[in-house]
Amino acid sequence: MSGVDTGDTAWMLAATALVILMTPALGLFYAGLVRSKNTLNTFMMCIAALAVATVTWAAIGYSFAFSEGNGIIGGFDYAFLKDVTFTPINEDSTIPHLVFFAFQASFCIITTALVSGAVVERMRFGAYLIFTALWSILVYAVLAHWSFGGGWLIDNGTLDFAGGVPVEMGSGFSALAAALVVGHRKDYGRQALLPHNAVYVVLGAGLLWFGWFGFNGGSGFGTGQNSVLAFTNTLLAPASTLVVWAVCDAIRGRKVTAIGAATAIIVGCVLITPAGGYVAPGWAMLLGGAGALPSYAIVMLRPRTRVDETLDVLAAHGMAGLTGILFIGFFAQTSWNGVSDGFLYGNADQLLWQTLAALATPLYAFGMTFALLKLMGLVMPLRVTEAEEAVGMDVGQHGEEAYATGEGAILIRPAEGERIVGDGRVEKVPVANPV
Amino acid sequence: MKLVIGIVRPEKTNDVLEALFRCEVRGVSMSRVQGHGGELERVETYRGTTVQMGLSDKTRFEIAVSDEFVDPTIAALCEGARTGDVGDGKIFVLPLERAVRIRTGETDHGAVTPVTA
Repeated sequence: MSGVDTGDTAWMLAATALVILMTPALGLFYAGLVRSKNTLNTFMMCIAALAVATVTWAAIGYSFAFSEGNGIIGGFDYAFLKDVTFTPINEDSTIPHLVFFAFQASFCIITTALVSGAVVERMRFGAYLIFTALWSILVYAVLAHWSFGGGWLIDNGTLDFAGGVPVEMGSGFSALAAALVVGHRKDYGRQALLPHNAVYVVLGAGLLWFGWFGFNGGSGFGTGQNSVLAFTNTLLAPASTLVVWAVCDAIRGRKVTAIGAATAIIVGCVLITPAGGYVAPGWAMLLGGAGALPSYAIVMLRPRTRVDETLDVLAAHGMAGLTGILFIGFFAQTSWNGVSDGFLYGNADQLLWQTLAALATPLYAFGMTFALLKLMGLVMPLRVTEAEEAVGMDVGQHGEEAYATGEGAILIRPAEGERIVGDGRVEKVPVANPV
Repeated sequence: MKLVIGIVRPEKTNDVLEALFRCEVRGVSMSRVQGHGGELERVETYRGTTVQMGLSDKTRFEIAVSDEFVDPTIAALCEGARTGDVGDGKIFVLPLERAVRIRTGETDHGAVTPVTA
């Protein structure tokens, strides 16, 4: 237990729980944005990430991300949590390895859930589960290795505080690929497909912001200065984004929208994710404000295309993550972060490595996800039938409704020795007859 | 004058509206109803409770039209609402005794003819 700091550990335990809350919060946010007949399916895609991505992460994902390997991918040293114990992962770490693992797991979970925003309202739940399992290993774990776990980006000095590379750009550009392979919803571009509950959206965004204090504030892995800086920047940047977003809304439509504000909170949190512990509070506010504009533009333009990237993961995560990563290249400041200066403070190299990260990550995430889904499409249908899409995913995929009234529902009560089979028929339970 | 009542799948509501507008039927009201028309029953499970949903959500259109619009209206309802599976819905045509446009006091034919027509 040498080197374990109780204060750091206490905060990291709390931060991990905060990040875990982000996934159901994302479910709420996404569920509000879809039509009422798809509420539960959309929510379940996030809950499924809690299940699947945790298991894959424990089995192999964590090892591929954080154990010793080459510049691209880690090895098998921590597979199935081998050697993940109370001893910190290295001499610099002051928290038990188990806590470090759990904190990183929560990142893998939320990132995997994020991608679902591109394929809601049409992707088969079974196919989605398989995609989730493979994606969390092939895309998330690899990108996490690049920027956190000793891969080529972190080795060369790319700064990524809380996951602009694996989490934000990883999910955003994968979402674009997923939307292209799975295809648009059948009524997309023909009918108005509107959010069914704006209150869920705003509440979900609020809970995500709350969780993000653990996400960014925990990414210093303790209670040191970087963590404190990131924590406060997580307040400042999204607030600035909210202001700018509201002004953009007001200029464009003369009204400030609630769903726009919810989107702004997400975009602001994403912007500060890579930069949180590296830039001064004033620059964080500039990042939150000015950085909102590219994402705002994509949110406005994307629905005019044939690309049904349904919940705008590319705009909110991909674009904002990319903006944040590049921003560090200009505005990082050793006097605040103790690590490196950016271009503005005389270190052009930093900008170079930030730019490389901003080019390589989208390429890998997009390419790998595109190939993965294309291959999956060869062996199984990725989408539900048009008829099922019309009726809704909740009834079709889960046999439940989000807003069931119970009117006209008839209880099925099997008699003794009978049971209900999948489609509601009652059949005799087979009994072994002792001779 | 007839009152045409069309009960259709909720997911076909927009298709029906489109078809109606295309044949220039502009006076429409619709409501959400629940009904049972012999479709295969859905089974849902909530924890240990398994239920057969005996009623399905439907959209009910009520369209008052003058006689020459009855057939186009029926054709539009069929075109917009048909999927070919059980549960597509029904159309009922009823005689209509009187119609009054509240704003002007116009009655009957004048009342069921859209202002823009």
